[in-house]
Amino acid sequence: MADDREPPPLFDDEKPDKKEEEDDLFATPNEAPKEEVKDEPASLPTEPAQDKASEDLFAADDDLFGDKQEGPVEVDTSKLRRKLTEDVDDLSPIEEPKPLIPTAADSGKPPQSDAAAKKEPPKEKEKAKEVKPAYKEEPANVSTDQPLLKPMKVSVDLHTPKPAQNMQEESAAPPQLEVVDEPPPEMDISGEGEEVDLDSPETEGPSSPAKMEPDSDSSPLEAPPMAEVLPPAKPVTEEKPKPTPAPRKPSMEKSKEEVGYTSFAQIEEEESGDQFALDIKVHDPGKIGDGMGAYMSYKVTTQCLDFGEEKKTSIPAFRRPSMTVTRRFSDFLGLHEKLSQKHVHIGRIVPPAPEKSVVGMTKIKMSKEDTSSTEFVEKRRALLERFLQRISIHPVLQMDPDFRDFLEQDELPRATSTSAVSGAGVLRLIKGVGDTLSKVTIKMDESDQWFEEKQNQVEALDQQLKKLHASVEALVTYRKELGISTAAFAKSTAMLSNSEEHTALSRALSQLAEVEEKIEQVHLEQADNDFFLLSELLKDYIGIIQAIRIVFHERVKSFHNWQNAQQTLAKKREAEAKFKQTGKTDKIAHAQEEIREWEGKVE
Amino acid sequence: MMDGLDDSPDLLAEDENKPRTESVDLTKDDTLSIDISDALSERDRVKFTVHTKTTLPDFRESEFSVVRQHEEFIWLHDRFVENEEYGGYIIPPAPPRPDFDASREKLQKLGEGEGTMTKEEFTKMKQELEAEYLATFKKTVAMHEVFLQRLAAHPAFRKDTNFRVFLEYDQDLSVRLKNKKEKLGWFIKSMSQSVDEVLLSNQKDADEFFEQEKGFLVEYHNRIAQSTKCADRMTKMHKSVADSYIKLSTGLGSLATCENTELDKVFNKVSECFEKSRKLEARVSSDEDLKLSDTLRYYLRDTSAAKDLLYRRTRALADYENANKDLDKARAKNRNVQQAEQAQQRACEKYEHLSELAKSELQDFKKRRVGAFRKNLVELAELEIKHAKALNQLYRNCIAQLKEEGRAAKAQPQ
Repeated sequence: MADDREPPPLFDDEKPDKKEEEDDLFATPNEAPKEEVKDEPASLPTEPAQDKASEDLFAADDDLFGDKQEGPVEVDTSKLRRKLTEDVDDLSPIEEPKPLIPTAADSGKPPQSDAAAKKEPPKEKEKAKEVKPAYKEEPANVSTDQPLLKPMKVSVDLHTPKPAQNMQEESAAPPQLEVVDEPPPEMDISGEGEEVDLDSPETEGPSSPAKMEPDSDSSPLEAPPMAEVLPPAKPVTEEKPKPTPAPRKPSMEKSKEEVGYTSFAQIEEEESGDQFALDIKVHDPGKIGDGMGAYMSYKVTTQCLDFGEEKKTSIPAFRRPSMTVTRRFSDFLGLHEKLSQKHVHIGRIVPPAPEKSVVGMTKIKMSKEDTSSTEFVEKRRALLERFLQRISIHPVLQMDPDFRDFLEQDELPRATSTSAVSGAGVLRLIKGVGDTLSKVTIKMDESDQWFEEKQNQVEALDQQLKKLHASVEALVTYRKELGISTAAFAKSTAMLSNSEEHTALSRALSQLAEVEEKIEQVHLEQADNDFFLLSELLKDYIGIIQAIRIVFHERVKSFHNWQNAQQTLAKKREAEAKFKQTGKTDKIAHAQEEIREWEGKVE
Repeated sequence: MMDGLDDSPDLLAEDENKPRTESVDLTKDDTLSIDISDALSERDRVKFTVHTKTTLPDFRESEFSVVRQHEEFIWLHDRFVENEEYGGYIIPPAPPRPDFDASREKLQKLGEGEGTMTKEEFTKMKQELEAEYLATFKKTVAMHEVFLQRLAAHPAFRKDTNFRVFLEYDQDLSVRLKNKKEKLGWFIKSMSQSVDEVLLSNQKDADEFFEQEKGFLVEYHNRIAQSTKCADRMTKMHKSVADSYIKLSTGLGSLATCENTELDKVFNKVSECFEKSRKLEARVSSDEDLKLSDTLRYYLRDTSAAKDLLYRRTRALADYENANKDLDKARAKNRNVQQAEQAQQRACEKYEHLSELAKSELQDFKKRRVGAFRKNLVELAELEIKHAKALNQLYRNCIAQLKEEGRAAKAQPQ
């Protein structure tokens, strides 16, 4: 697949860019080469230039630990901005995972230039179409191979361009780096580094800090394994231009969009023009296996629709226009896990997955063929379908390679970490407890008005939805019982009419019985409708709100981490100053190293 | 005493159809008209004002009122039951005890849960409960009234002294509630009666008519008991559905207030619609209750009264046969022949008398039942149609309005 082949070069190319950034940050001499490179991206055949740039990068590496440079950062970003604006047109409509909410789970990344990003969206929308061709060229740019940079270094580099920008605003870029543990990341990072320079347009000008954003944007287009790596690398490099209206927006923007998501999803799709629509159906629940090892399997059928001129063209990423695979419930959970891991820290809202219901599953495992188990299966099937459809509508998650794997590959590795009783499960429990504790202890001064407002809104909405959901559930239960009792009444009336001597009355009674039976059917149908249309919808939205809360929380956590990192940095600086004073030169170097380390984390 | 029998076709002369009591009028008879003109509900007793208008010379005045309580009605009923002379009649079933416990419980629960719901929700639910309470109250009054009216219409019963006392005596009848001993005695009696019934039920009756009736009544009784139970459950569920609409509509309303997109208009509209439909649904359920369940319930009791009649008859028959046997024995021993003969004579008379009456009573019972069912079922169907149409119209309007709003919203620049 062309797509698969493209990414690697992309990543490779990015590396030199990153290196360049590094240099810019830490040694003024490096700025020059960087600028060179930056100016080039506008024209795609910059590979040779890139190579040169990379060479320069390498040279610059030696000065990596030279004077600390903070000034260059500003310069860089401005240059990046320029590049970004130039390149935006060239970028392909790759969806870049925009950090939904600035979360710096592990390292406080410098806040994104939210303001900048905000300005971009409109521009992006216009350029969405033009972006596509540009993207294809990107891989070309990334052909140069770069020595794998140590992730840490890369992160430092990546982060440095940002720090100068919008210190106040929070971004959710850095965490992603830490998330990556696969070998490819290094490659990706470097590739992204290059991307950054070459494809500065990818990241909207204002969002040059967006480079730091851990957008997993390039991932969708890259080979699946790369995809996971990309997000981490992304933060370092500029984001690829997001075709969707909201790609580059700072996390806040993204969160705004996400929050107002459902109402605007349609609009976004239409505006972006090149959006892909996936029509996903989950059907055919079947019971496989027997006894305790039994599980339900579902067929997942995907059809790709293109809003463009050609209907049902294949998304370049997907191998065929329509496919069907068989999945089991733990596969769905596994998908949710992977997506959460990748996106939640950067602030994206991942649709909640259906819960694992031990009771329901054991019933099925015991192969009880009663109505309650079929109902349960039906409910679950509908939930899964909605889950997949929500993911497919989401502009970023749609392009996620994991998601695509899920839809395409015939055999998925068994997601063991999702089973109810497992090591991973216990870990998750512990993590959950830790999260709850931190929720209580961490207090964040909400500096952003928008967030505060949104949070209040979300809370209020959540309450209302929960109440409404409760009353709808009551309604459904009552109606069901009404149906059942009507049926009983119909039967008894029939019997009564049998024993009635008077023929006319007997006839009348038996007709009454029939009518009551029909009424019962209607009632049951209505109850089902109520349930599936209303109650499930409400439940889904309550779940989504929960996911929103999680993302909000991530943001708080990242802020907290950032603060911590800043404090430590200050302390280290103090220590360094002290050392300088006392003339302990040997310790100075050590201290400076630490300082740099923490600076990176702060970013 | 016996001219009542001549009027057998006019067995049930009810007053003109009062709005409250929906008993079946087989004939009209103004000689004795009773109604319950007023009813007061105090903490746990209900006081009925029984108002009588009569042209019969037996009464002191032609129009008078007394205040009676539920226990006194029961007393009256028991007097009739005990009276052997009325063995051949179906004694109208006693009115059920006024039962407000259910409503009271709900009111209490509502009071406790006041904090959790909004003010309007609370007032709405309270209104619903009060309406329910009122309906139960009305039903109770109606039951008592029907009881009295049937007594009055019955040619034999209306002449009863106890009945007259009941209607006339100004002061408290000071009805002594059955004390423990009496209650126990009554309990034992009813136990023996049921045992007897079982024994006697195996006895094949010579008379075709009665045999048939017995079979029919027993079966009918069971089935109607079943139906009544189901109907009751159904109406209760229906009421719950209607009540849950309240919560739904208030929930949607509050959602609309915190929703600031165009959805809020939608929510408001839907919430209004639910509110209106709730009233209709509640009406449907109460109608069902009134027409269907009540009829079934009443005839449940009536059927059991008829069964009692049959039982008495078979009892009399058994006595008669016993007396016969005794007579034979006595004749054989040639001792106490006179006594035995007399006893036998008595038993025979009683039995025949009972049988006659029973026959006519049962036939009337059938007529009554058919008539009542017909009337109530027809009314039920008509009401249901009316309500269904109204509901249908309401929902259609609501949908049309929502569509309008949706179109208007789309037309607006996003």
